[in-house]
Amino acid sequence: MEIINIKNLSFAYSSNPTKMILKDINLKINRGEFILLCGPTGCGKTTLIECLNGLIPHFHSGIFEGHVIIGDKDTRDYPVHEFSKYVGLLFQNPENQLVSMNVEKELSFALENFGINPIEIKARVNDVLKIMNIENIRYKAPYDLSGGQQQKVAIASILTLDPEIIIFDEPTSNLDPVGAMKILALISDLNKRYKKTIILIEHRLEMVLRYATKIIVMNDGKIISKGKTEEIIIEDILEKIGLRIPKSVILYKLLKKDGYNLENIPLTPEDLANYLLKLGG
Amino acid sequence: MIEIYDVSFYYPNKNIALKNINLRINSKEFVGILGENGAGKTTLAKCMNGLLRPQSGKILIDGEDISKYSVAQLSKKIGFVFQNSDHQIFAQSVEEEVKFGLKNFNFTKEEIHKRTEEILKNLNLFQYRNTIPFDLSGGEKKRVALASVLCLNPDILILDEPTIGQDSQQKKYLINLIDDLRDQGKTIIIITHDIEFASEYIPRIIVMGNGRIIADGPSNIITNNEFILERTNLILPQLSVLTKILKSSDKFKDFNGDQTDILNYYNELRRYI
Repeated sequence: MEIINIKNLSFAYSSNPTKMILKDINLKINRGEFILLCGPTGCGKTTLIECLNGLIPHFHSGIFEGHVIIGDKDTRDYPVHEFSKYVGLLFQNPENQLVSMNVEKELSFALENFGINPIEIKARVNDVLKIMNIENIRYKAPYDLSGGQQQKVAIASILTLDPEIIIFDEPTSNLDPVGAMKILALISDLNKRYKKTIILIEHRLEMVLRYATKIIVMNDGKIISKGKTEEIIIEDILEKIGLRIPKSVILYKLLKKDGYNLENIPLTPEDLANYLLKLGG
Repeated sequence: MIEIYDVSFYYPNKNIALKNINLRINSKEFVGILGENGAGKTTLAKCMNGLLRPQSGKILIDGEDISKYSVAQLSKKIGFVFQNSDHQIFAQSVEEEVKFGLKNFNFTKEEIHKRTEEILKNLNLFQYRNTIPFDLSGGEKKRVALASVLCLNPDILILDEPTIGQDSQQKKYLINLIDDLRDQGKTIIIITHDIEFASEYIPRIIVMGNGRIIADGPSNIITNNEFILERTNLILPQLSVLTKILKSSDKFKDFNGDQTDILNYYNELRRYI
């Protein structure tokens, strides 16, 4: 069952109306997928996801053609706040998103705006603190937290509204590698355990491949490839448009060309090592 | 050349951010500073260009103590490109952004025009010269910030997380640009978490953790050393992980695993399978 349906979507910002940023995009995304959205810098990834919660065309105006349907609602027919219950959007820099004096208030903020009663708010905040394992920083000020903790709080603040779809725009690029892996594992958990539909933009493919069920590749405002992670990651087009192919996949392709058949496409170096150790001899 | 002697720095009301840093970076060197969030990398860089003044210790650039110079004076000598380009960009067009610094230093109109055009072309930004920087993508904005610093032609360039939001094509441009700058005799310092990028391109790596330098050496040694990386929240690059697992088996125990070139790596691998 699809939860996102994009039909013939084209868009140009009003500041530069002759430059189409999105060009005739057609896309369906099913419930429960973990989508890795990738493509070179400036290809329209961020613009596309801003179409998914109504920020485009309601907040960023421009030339908008086609339809974006979330569940059964066309984004043009409802205001942005209506979609924040269905679609959570999280950016690279949590600092730009956190506004309150302490974590608990931060998490209550959106709920209060929706006029939910205080008992319900308290219960939801407690749930989310538990899910994200941040009960210990409940009364801390967001600006006193480390980058990784801030990103957890930003994710938590989105979870309070319990959206079905959560979109991440390079959520870990400001974090050190261990911090980044922890956040990605958490996002994967939201997908597997809590059945959230995830769309994630990330350039460092090697960190996300193990979690993504599908890959969507964009270039120059168009979707040029989409499908299962294992099928898309070996396509030559990725290298041509300048994406960084994980080394385990490059080695797989070289091995394949020379006639070595591994059981599966190695999405991690650990996988590749296991396959290599099993090869005869 | 940058020489740092016993530098310590404290933020007000906070823990010590740099503890007795001693470091020397020679002219024309290309070094990476790696380490976890909060390790002190950016603080150290800000001490080098005078944005922060250490409470103890001494920093010399080309033999001169920088404590007597203002940030503006130092900015011609040492350029700093911030991690978050939104903190740096403010002009109404890409071209104006680049011209701003030049105007402040009283260059002639012709010189300003020439340098701006050159740098925009070099950084693949010329087609955006009349665009409002905030309408650009994150990766493009980073290049605008870089252009506005490069146009002042500093001898030393510090780039704070330049690879964030950049695809591999842009990373290759970045490396080509760095090669050009090094040919011109410039010193390049990159602050990064991007261990794959560092292991592939940066020859010397300084690892920081908890306000100290915990390792300093050739990249192929540092990026294979799990013990060092673990201490500061870094992880082994992909090929190092692969090499490590393979070498633990009998069949691959003599496998060398030269990572500087993936084809060399593959060719050696083939001899074992």
